Amino acid sequence: MYDIKALYEATSVADAVSLLVAHPEAKIIAGGSDVLIQIREGRLAGCELVSIYKLDELRGVSLDADGTLRIGPLTSFSHITKDPLIRQIINVLGEAVDMVGGPQVRNIGTIGGNTCNGVTSADSASTLHAWDAVMEVTGPNGVRQLPIKEFYIWAGEVALQPGELLTAILIAKESYEGYVGHYIKYAMRNAMDIATTGCSVNVKLSADKKTIEDARIAYGVAGPVPMRAPSAEAAVKGLPVSQATVEAFGEAVLKDVNPRTSWRASKELRLQLAQELAKRALARSIQLAGGDI
Amino acid sequence: MVVGKSVARIDAFDKVTGRAMYTDDLADSRAYVAKVVRSTIANGWVKSIDTSAAEKIPGVVKILTCFDAPETRFPTAGHPWSTDPHHQDVADRQLLTARVRYYGDDVAAVIAENEVAAAQAAKAVKVEYEVYPFVLDAQEAMADGAPQLHEEFPNNILAHTKMGFGDVDAAIAEPGLIKFEGWYETPVVQHCHIENHICYAEMQGGKIVVVSSTQIPHIVRRIVGQALDWPWGKVRIIKPYIGGGFGNKQDALYEPLVAWLSLQVGGRLVKLDMSREETFANNRTRHAIRSHITSYVRPDGTFVARILEAFSNQGAYASHGHGIAAKGMSSFAQLYQCEACRGDAYTVFTNISVAGAMRGYGIPQAMFAGESHIEDIARGLNMDSMELRRKNMIPVGYVNDFDKNEMYFDSLNQSIDKGMAAIDYKRKLAEYQNQTGPVRRGVGMAIFWYNTAVWPLSLESSACRMVLNQDGSVQLQLAETEIGQGADTAFAQMTADVLGVPFENIYVVSTQDTDVTPFGTAAYASRQTYAGGFAVKQTGLLLREKILKHARELTRMAEFNLDIIDGNIVRTTDGRVMMSLGDLATEVLYSLSHSEHIVAESTYQIKSNAYSFGCCFAEVEVDIPLCKVTLLDVVNVHDCGSLINPQLAEAQVHGGMSMGIGFGLSEQLLFDPKTGKPLNNNLLDYKMATTMDHPDLKALFIENAEPTSAFGTKSLGEPPACPVAPAIRNAVLQATGVSVNKAPLNPHILFERFKEEGLI
Repeated sequence: MYDIKALYEATSVADAVSLLVAHPEAKIIAGGSDVLIQIREGRLAGCELVSIYKLDELRGVSLDADGTLRIGPLTSFSHITKDPLIRQIINVLGEAVDMVGGPQVRNIGTIGGNTCNGVTSADSASTLHAWDAVMEVTGPNGVRQLPIKEFYIWAGEVALQPGELLTAILIAKESYEGYVGHYIKYAMRNAMDIATTGCSVNVKLSADKKTIEDARIAYGVAGPVPMRAPSAEAAVKGLPVSQATVEAFGEAVLKDVNPRTSWRASKELRLQLAQELAKRALARSIQLAGGDI
Repeated sequence: MVVGKSVARIDAFDKVTGRAMYTDDLADSRAYVAKVVRSTIANGWVKSIDTSAAEKIPGVVKILTCFDAPETRFPTAGHPWSTDPHHQDVADRQLLTARVRYYGDDVAAVIAENEVAAAQAAKAVKVEYEVYPFVLDAQEAMADGAPQLHEEFPNNILAHTKMGFGDVDAAIAEPGLIKFEGWYETPVVQHCHIENHICYAEMQGGKIVVVSSTQIPHIVRRIVGQALDWPWGKVRIIKPYIGGGFGNKQDALYEPLVAWLSLQVGGRLVKLDMSREETFANNRTRHAIRSHITSYVRPDGTFVARILEAFSNQGAYASHGHGIAAKGMSSFAQLYQCEACRGDAYTVFTNISVAGAMRGYGIPQAMFAGESHIEDIARGLNMDSMELRRKNMIPVGYVNDFDKNEMYFDSLNQSIDKGMAAIDYKRKLAEYQNQTGPVRRGVGMAIFWYNTAVWPLSLESSACRMVLNQDGSVQLQLAETEIGQGADTAFAQMTADVLGVPFENIYVVSTQDTDVTPFGTAAYASRQTYAGGFAVKQTGLLLREKILKHARELTRMAEFNLDIIDGNIVRTTDGRVMMSLGDLATEVLYSLSHSEHIVAESTYQIKSNAYSFGCCFAEVEVDIPLCKVTLLDVVNVHDCGSLINPQLAEAQVHGGMSMGIGFGLSEQLLFDPKTGKPLNNNLLDYKMATTMDHPDLKALFIENAEPTSAFGTKSLGEPPACPVAPAIRNAVLQATGVSVNKAPLNPHILFERFKEEGLI
């Protein structure tokens, strides 16, 4: 039995916006795999909910005319993983969200909910950061777009204004064309867990596969929100594909991440993991891109 | 004969189709819902409780605080009662308490019409405390000046016992001995049975009736009577199917409170359903034990003298108390032989969740310490650890002075041989020597000692009833409980063979109801098939005798020439079927001359018990930079005597191995050093191993029929959980050369150790 004050079922995006405006205290519920837990824990007990779960227009993955990849925020993790466009363009995202919880959660949980929670450990978040995703938000004043880096404000806090909801996750053609990536989820067990650290890396190699033209890396759980490691990215740009480059990448990461000690993991262990995962994810990305390492 | 065959469990179809009824299924939907208000400090006193805001919440029926509850103190451990006051469990629990001893202690209870109102009201109850400093570590709690929990136990020492034989000081004077010592530490873990503890109570016919997810209905009846100061006969406990217990439910948990709450609302039905968070923090846990072992060894590996100090963290209340550390110490004195041995075991109160019985009862902790230590000695001596074990371990013919347990067979060597072959130990051991590089493999093993049942420490008694139906089928009733392990099926198999009745004609009354079920102390100490087996056999023989007397009358054949075979009365001289058992039962029941309802009931007191031995072999891969262990292969070998049902036995072993994997690699209940609050009392943050963390589990058996047993069987419920963690630890040692003496071997602990050893 859940302590829910009221549930409003939205019939369209416009209806969802007006419901959110009419009920400013209400929380948005999509798959419910996070919201219901927070209600049970008491954090959201007695809340009002606006459900967007029936808005099929927010489901599915498509390509815009300009080649932008458009991911509907209500697309479930399991549908993301199996989607042909995701597989072709950003397979690493499908692999990353396939590591969420267990099969039941992946069938109900949505990628939009995963990001709108504002949680640093979300398995989709580091990959979306690493691929320069753009968040499309709809509210009483219409539609606006903002880079994912600006969407995440603080732990549990995202840039949704009153009456707004996420209506698409976009990845521009220049952000994905020529890039291949790999995500490593480091957790204390192999399923049903939240990342101690998540590391998503992708690279674009030169035509001869000998040089790193571009490398991008983002972490979950290296700070209160998912974060890129700009020093590491700069350190390997233009460098030859080699073990030394991989080592340099791992070294440079330490300039960017500054994790804290908590009972979940010490700062020292987190730093050890940040370095090691960066190296492994880069090496694997290079291999996937056709480089020899 | 059906004993020894893997027949399908008798409850399988009901369970997989959802027909089997559990406590929550049986509770009327109109039940009031109770919720416990828990302390938010770890040590101190409740000064006042303000319920005014909580009482205004719609749906709240009544709020009861520690100031409303009786002062009566009662013990909770699921032990048979002792009429000797010196052997009774410590009575230190109250229904609700003003004296708070751990974070989450029971200070008040809310009764409401529904869950939401109960939760809201529990939150709205305002409690004012006098706050004391608290202590979480057993050895710190023993220090002078440490915060005290119970006045009657100075320095928080619930019990300190000594053990020993020979003269250690004289023995270690021998020149040339090599000394080894180490500290070994195991964590607080929890049982994590699928069904949380749940119970409900109501008045019926002048009795308080409690339906509970418990392993021990007859014991709970006594404890509810003691807690409420009620005649025990006016307490009726009903135990339906339960979703696991593993020892947590071998305690009176919230049955006394829910019974009392029902009485406070005129005997209305009140239900108390624990959340998973409460099951972790407010039921029972496994004692964390820190052990210091010192061994004096000859250069050839012969043990000369051994010393053990063990510090067991009891948490806030006595529950099963010192029994756990004491059992661990017994194993230390017996598993490996030496000339002189000395042990001190302390069980110490601290301000953490209460420790009680958990699968293995001290032996998983003792094996982690002892089997890690022997591996360290072997390394120190540059000797094969298997050779070292074989040289010193308990020999065939050993008889224990105290309980007269005898080592009848060479079970340990046989288990080791079988396990070695199964995992290809020798080849892997050689292959994994002297590895370098970031990812390395290793094999390791551990043996274990276990002792079935509790005689002569306390009573072992089991009673059984059999009722013959008109069609020749039989109802079987025992107090020994089905808790998921398959006891009902095993008892049905035994009964079928003793009586000569087809297995499918034995109907086990699975539910225990203390008003009608014969007395027995039920599911613990891996005693069900051993203890229950005596009662089944004795009662079965009684029933058989009665049946054959009637058979003589009806067939005019001599009783000694008659037998019951496959549900028929058979003349043994020529094998002729004289009549079916059904015809006999119908004839006798409806006889106009002397009708009889053919039943048999008897109690068997068991004055023996039996060792159970075996081992575990584990193969691991260690990713050193990531501080991670992957378990590649694991094999358990057990000599639990004759198998009653091989498939169920294998399932028992699989479950125990899984618990051992969690204990060794990932599980640990943590408490905040700043507040004493449990940090990870949920299934996300408490890292129980998932399917994805298990390799295929292999269970193998050595079947040496136990000579003291009614069916050649002995303990298997707990033993599988005992050797797994040290086997994994020893495999990690082989892979990396690093001895990790603190379980679980999770990345946090491995990171510290690998750094200390310069591996990362």
